Amino acid sequence: MSYHLSIIGTLDNPLFELSFGSSKQGGDGVAKFRPEALYMNQFLVHAALDLVEEVQWVSKDLYLKRIDSHQNNHIHCFLTGGNVKFMLLMNPDPQATTYSAYPTTPASRPGTQAGGRQSGGATGTTGAGGMLAANPTSQGTEEAVRAFMNEVYETWLKCIMNPFYTANQVVTSPVFRSRVLAAGRKYL
Amino acid sequence: MPGMAKPPPLTPLNHRLADPIPIPPPKPFQSRLRHPSSRKTIYDRNLSRTQTTPTSLPAFAYLFHALITHHHSQSGSVSDIETRLNRAGYPLGIKLLDLLLYRQQTATQRPATRPTRIVELLQFIHTTLWRALWGRTADALEQSTTKRNEYMIVDNEPVVNTYISIPREMSQLNCAAFVAGIVEGMCDAAGFGMEGVTAHWASAQGEAKGEGQEVEEMWPGKTIFLLRLSEEAVGREEAIKANGG
Repeated sequence: MSYHLSIIGTLDNPLFELSFGSSKQGGDGVAKFRPEALYMNQFLVHAALDLVEEVQWVSKDLYLKRIDSHQNNHIHCFLTGGNVKFMLLMNPDPQATTYSAYPTTPASRPGTQAGGRQSGGATGTTGAGGMLAANPTSQGTEEAVRAFMNEVYETWLKCIMNPFYTANQVVTSPVFRSRVLAAGRKYL
Repeated sequence: MPGMAKPPPLTPLNHRLADPIPIPPPKPFQSRLRHPSSRKTIYDRNLSRTQTTPTSLPAFAYLFHALITHHHSQSGSVSDIETRLNRAGYPLGIKLLDLLLYRQQTATQRPATRPTRIVELLQFIHTTLWRALWGRTADALEQSTTKRNEYMIVDNEPVVNTYISIPREMSQLNCAAFVAGIVEGMCDAAGFGMEGVTAHWASAQGEAKGEGQEVEEMWPGKTIFLLRLSEEAVGREEAIKANGG
C-alpha cells in the first residue's frame, strides 16, 4: 500500500511532494511504486485537479473524499480555506499497476509483490493497514484518510503562519516533512 | 560482402530496441536547517496561543506607527501610502482565513465549512475576523444599491487608528487601509477575486457631506470599507444561485 501526498498551490503549482508506504501490518513505510510512477503520480494528481474544481463550489466541506480513480490509483483531496489542495494518491498494489495500455516492462521488483499481498491477506488481526489495502473505497479508509488530512492541515497551518512564508512558496522545511511522515505512520 | 545492403540507420523507430535510459534514483534528503538552542521549531507552537493571550495595543501601535512612517518617507502621495499599507496587510488575510477556519473547527468540534457564497464570506469577515482581531464584531454590513458588486463594512472606531493622528494636508488618508488589505487578502484566498478593498472616512473631515450630524460627531473616526468584487466572482455567484445552490 503506497501513498503519494502532493500539496498543490493556488496556481496549480506543486508546493510539496512526498511518497511513503503503509506502516501497518508489517509494512516498512517505504513506497513501492514502479519507476514510471515517478512522473505518472504527478500526472494523475494534476489531472484530478479538474474534478476538484468541479466539486469545490458545490460542497462546503474541507475534506472532499475520494474524487478520482485510475486503474488501481485512488485520489483523495482535502481543500484548505486558502484554496490549497492536499491530494493523496493511494495505490493498494503498486506493482500490478500498468500505466500504459500495453505493458512494456514486466514488474521490476517481483520480490516485493509478496510483501504487498501479505498486507492484504493478513487474516488474524484486522488492523487498519490490512483493511485499507483490501478495500480502498470503504468508509474506514475515508476516516483514516480524513484523520491524516487533519494532521497535515494542522502542520500546514503552522507552516503558513511563518511571517516569512509568502503565498505559493515551495515548502522545504525538513520538520514539516517529518511531521507529515509521522502522521502517515500514525493513520495510514 | 558486396551486394548486401547496409544495416538500416538508427531511426527513432528502432530506438525502442536500445536500452532505455534509466531514471536516476532520487538523492537522499539533506537538511540545511539551523536549529535554535532550545530545539523548538515553529511547528511546536500552539495555534490557539494568540486566542487566549491577546497582544498589547501599545506594542502594535508602535509597530504600526513605524510602518506608516516608513511608507511616508518612501512616497508622498496619499493614495500611494494607502496602496502600500494595503499591500502590507494582504498576506495577513490569506493566513488568517485558514487559521480562523481551523480555530472554528477545534472550538465547535464540528468540521469547518468554507464560505462558498458571497454573503457567507461577508458574514465571516464581519463577525469572526473582526472578533479575532479586536474582540468585537464590525458595526454594519451593507450592500450597495447602485452597483451589484459593491459591499460595505462599517467600523465606528477602527482600533488601528487609535494612536494615529493625520495632519490636515493629508486628511484623505485613512490608515485603516492596512485592515482593508487584510480583508482583501482573505477574500482573494477564499476564491472571490477582488478589484479592491478601500477604507474611507464616513464623516466630513473637510468635505461637505451632510448625513446626520449627530451621528458623525459621536463617531469621528467612523470608517467604511468598500469591497468591490470582480466580475467573475459575481458571475459565479449568479450561476450557483441559478442552479439552486
